[in-house]
Amino acid sequence: MTRPFVRLVGVTKTYHAGAQEFLAVRDVTLDVEEGELVSIVGPSGCGKSTVLSILAELQAASGGTVEIGTPDSPFTPGRDVGMVFQKALLLKWRTIIDNVMLPAEILGLPRRASRERARDLLEMVGLSKFADAYPQQLSGGMQQRASIARALVHDPKLILMDEPFGALDALTRERMNLELLRIWRESSKTILFVTHGIQEAVFLGSKVAVMTAGPARMAAQFEIDLPEPRTLDVKTTEKFGNYTREIYHLLGMH
Amino acid sequence: MTLLSRYLWATAGLSGFVVVWWLATVMTDLPAYLLPSPGAALAEIWEPSYNWGTHIWATTQEIFGGYVLAVVIGVGLAVLFSWLPALNAALMPLLVVLNMVPKVAMAPLFIVWLGFGIVPNMVIAFTICFFPILLTTYRGLLEVEPDLINLVKSLKANRWQIFLKIQLPGSLPYLFSGMKVAAVLAVAGAIVGEFIASQKGLGYFLLAQQNALNTSAMMMALAFITLIGVALYGLVLGLEYLVVTRKGIGK
Ligand SMILES: Nc1ncnc2c1ncn2[C@@H]1O[C@H](COP(=O)(O)OP(=O)(O)O)[C@@H](O)[C@H]1O
Ligand SMILES: [Mg+2]
Repeated sequence: MTRPFVRLVGVTKTYHAGAQEFLAVRDVTLDVEEGELVSIVGPSGCGKSTVLSILAELQAASGGTVEIGTPDSPFTPGRDVGMVFQKALLLKWRTIIDNVMLPAEILGLPRRASRERARDLLEMVGLSKFADAYPQQLSGGMQQRASIARALVHDPKLILMDEPFGALDALTRERMNLELLRIWRESSKTILFVTHGIQEAVFLGSKVAVMTAGPARMAAQFEIDLPEPRTLDVKTTEKFGNYTREIYHLLGMH
Repeated sequence: MTLLSRYLWATAGLSGFVVVWWLATVMTDLPAYLLPSPGAALAEIWEPSYNWGTHIWATTQEIFGGYVLAVVIGVGLAVLFSWLPALNAALMPLLVVLNMVPKVAMAPLFIVWLGFGIVPNMVIAFTICFFPILLTTYRGLLEVEPDLINLVKSLKANRWQIFLKIQLPGSLPYLFSGMKVAAVLAVAGAIVGEFIASQKGLGYFLLAQQNALNTSAMMMALAFITLIGVALYGLVLGLEYLVVTRKGIGK
């Protein structure tokens, strides 16, 4: 069996507040294959963002092992991470295409090639017409698409998404879920998708890791075996219902 | 409302003000030393012994000089404070306390230190408008979404990149709101300085004409002071339009 692209084993994170120690997460063990889309679901405060920030090297784990990359596909921190957050976080004074260019600028990638790639990505997320618009001219869903294009512009190997659709209305959110699956298939990126929506987690992930709060830990993982490519019809199947029910139970909701 | 009709209304408002002033002089028998007519005030422009040019130039230098100094030092300190939290922790409380000292009350001290002339009045204008610029800019520099910082840090952006690409442009709307407040204060600061000690400038001229009860010349001096203030404010608005409004950044 090949090595997974991301391997977390027994990862813990302790925050210090003065003399106080606070165990934010423990027992995070997770394998993500290259090109896989894995969801992490759990109530707020259970440490989902903490796990992503450890993967992005924004902070170090307090214990356990974090391995990213394989011999065939090595991982360079900084260079190979793309992040999407709940807020689109577009810079108001930049046009959409210039926003998408931001990571390429920071990494010092060749300008012209990056700009071409940014245009292609805007096309892929359906924003070609808005390349020269300013963010506030776009709806919330469109802004979030631009931020996805931004996360892809430097062609990173790992995309970390922290509740990216959490602020969108229900319909837009469903549309964005479909859109994300298409982008994932077209770009064949490894994606970690954090959400507190159980349905969303099951619909998107080929695997769902469930985290529970108090004590915060990774409680279980489910391989999601649903027909590919997934369409909204999947949500009406019995299997889908069984997965979501199981996760609800695990989170203590009956 | 279109831009043109807004200009028309603004012009109408200003003209209306002058007309009301004029009517007040025509319809009452207030003596001219209490309320001269607009025409009488305007006629003072042609009085060569008033040396308008000298006074206007002196006051303009004080206002613009103090103002530019306040912008440069205020923004510079705000940047330093945002980079060095320890420096901010050490100096900000001190500056808040110093800001409590009425700047006008410090004027005699500045005159002792710096002598008569344009420089002490420039310094008074500076002290009075420096703090709002420092404070708003500092706030603007810190007012960045934490996740935006996370995003660029995940790309291993260095501090300089974060400053130039995110913090500085993000702080501009704040800087300009501080600059607009400061523009009004700078005018007041310079004039008060001239009241306290000076040999030229429109504030000095005002006091001199007061002794002679020359109200129409005082009115004209006030009009010139206002014009300088409006010019400064207009410049700031124009600059704000270029670097903030046109790019669609508001707060
Ligand atoms: N920088 C920090 N310092 C102290 N505690 C933190 C910090 N970041 C997160 N926490 C705490 O760690 C726990 C997990 O936070 P987080 O990873 O943001 O959870 P989630 O993303 O699942 O809502 C929470 O209880 C939170 O208060
Ligand atoms: Mg979170």
